Amino acid sequence: MATKILDITKEHCPMTFVKTKIELSKLQEGDTLEVLLSEGEPLDNVPRNAKEQGFNVLRVEHVEGTTHKVVIQK
Amino acid sequence: MIDFTEEQIQRYSRHILLQDVGVEGQERIMNARVLVVGAGGLGAPVSLYLAAAGIGRIGIVDADEVDLSNLQRQVIHFTQDVGVPKVESAKEKMLAINPDVQVDTFHEYLDSSNALDIIRDYDFVVDGTDNFPVKFLINDACVMAGKPFSHGGILRFNGQTFTHLPGTACYRCFFKEPPPAGAVPTCSQAGVLGAIAGMLGTIQAAETLKYFTGVGQLLTNRLLTFDAKTMQFRTIPVRQRPSCEICGEHPTIDHLIDYEQAACDLRK
Repeated sequence: MATKILDITKEHCPMTFVKTKIELSKLQEGDTLEVLLSEGEPLDNVPRNAKEQGFNVLRVEHVEGTTHKVVIQK
Repeated sequence: MIDFTEEQIQRYSRHILLQDVGVEGQERIMNARVLVVGAGGLGAPVSLYLAAAGIGRIGIVDADEVDLSNLQRQVIHFTQDVGVPKVESAKEKMLAINPDVQVDTFHEYLDSSNALDIIRDYDFVVDGTDNFPVKFLINDACVMAGKPFSHGGILRFNGQTFTHLPGTACYRCFFKEPPPAGAVPTCSQAGVLGAIAGMLGTIQAAETLKYFTGVGQLLTNRLLTFDAKTMQFRTIPVRQRPSCEICGEHPTIDHLIDYEQAACDLRK
């Protein structure tokens, strides 16, 4: 049950999805990925996209300023 | 699993985003080895798109040098390349698009003496040639070696293509043997609308990428034809012929054949 952190706060669409997708594809069953992202478009779309791909979005937390953390599990 | 570099992530992002391709599909593309026979009208778009897609290793076979009359349709060659071997000109453009790919060049004609040796190292073959003898040679060599291939042909305003996998119809199943030398003009005699080379070649490139990623249905047991004058596309069902001389139940061809080519097609 490993946890990895991915920071995409400096990325824009569609690289936000691409980078998240690549890291998600490396997860084993039960592993989690913590994605740091900015509010607005990434926060609106990245968790939704992960759900559409069949992953569980465990929680979304505010970190600081405009940065949020989305915890995704395979 | 390949660890994509930052540059590869950017370069292949539009493939990675595709649900049906994704990280895994792009990895398969990068591990693939494809042989393109002919660096002409069809080979040009095929080679450019396969290099752009990141096919790991691409071989190109062509004995010719770039001629001014090629440039109307063979978009991988530029005016400055006239006189340069087509395989070298093509390799330069492919590496300029994507330095990640390995390009092997074969500056020679494919014939019965070298065909099996050359195709051995590749997983998929693309026929981008302009004459019947070598189309039958590619078919027979691929069937014998158990290699999948994409057939393609263009003339005037027409194109045709199908994909062969072992166990599906081959070229000989529906065209038993080459027409008599000179009976059917090649595009060097009859002419060809330049853009249809791109239309057909890109279909072949798409089939190649579908083969490696496993996406969708290939053009197996189906011959796709189009007429650019009316822009009508047809898909004609074809099937494996049990009496086929090369892939049938009792094959009678056990060696590769160099068919005679019309005299005016012979290169100096």
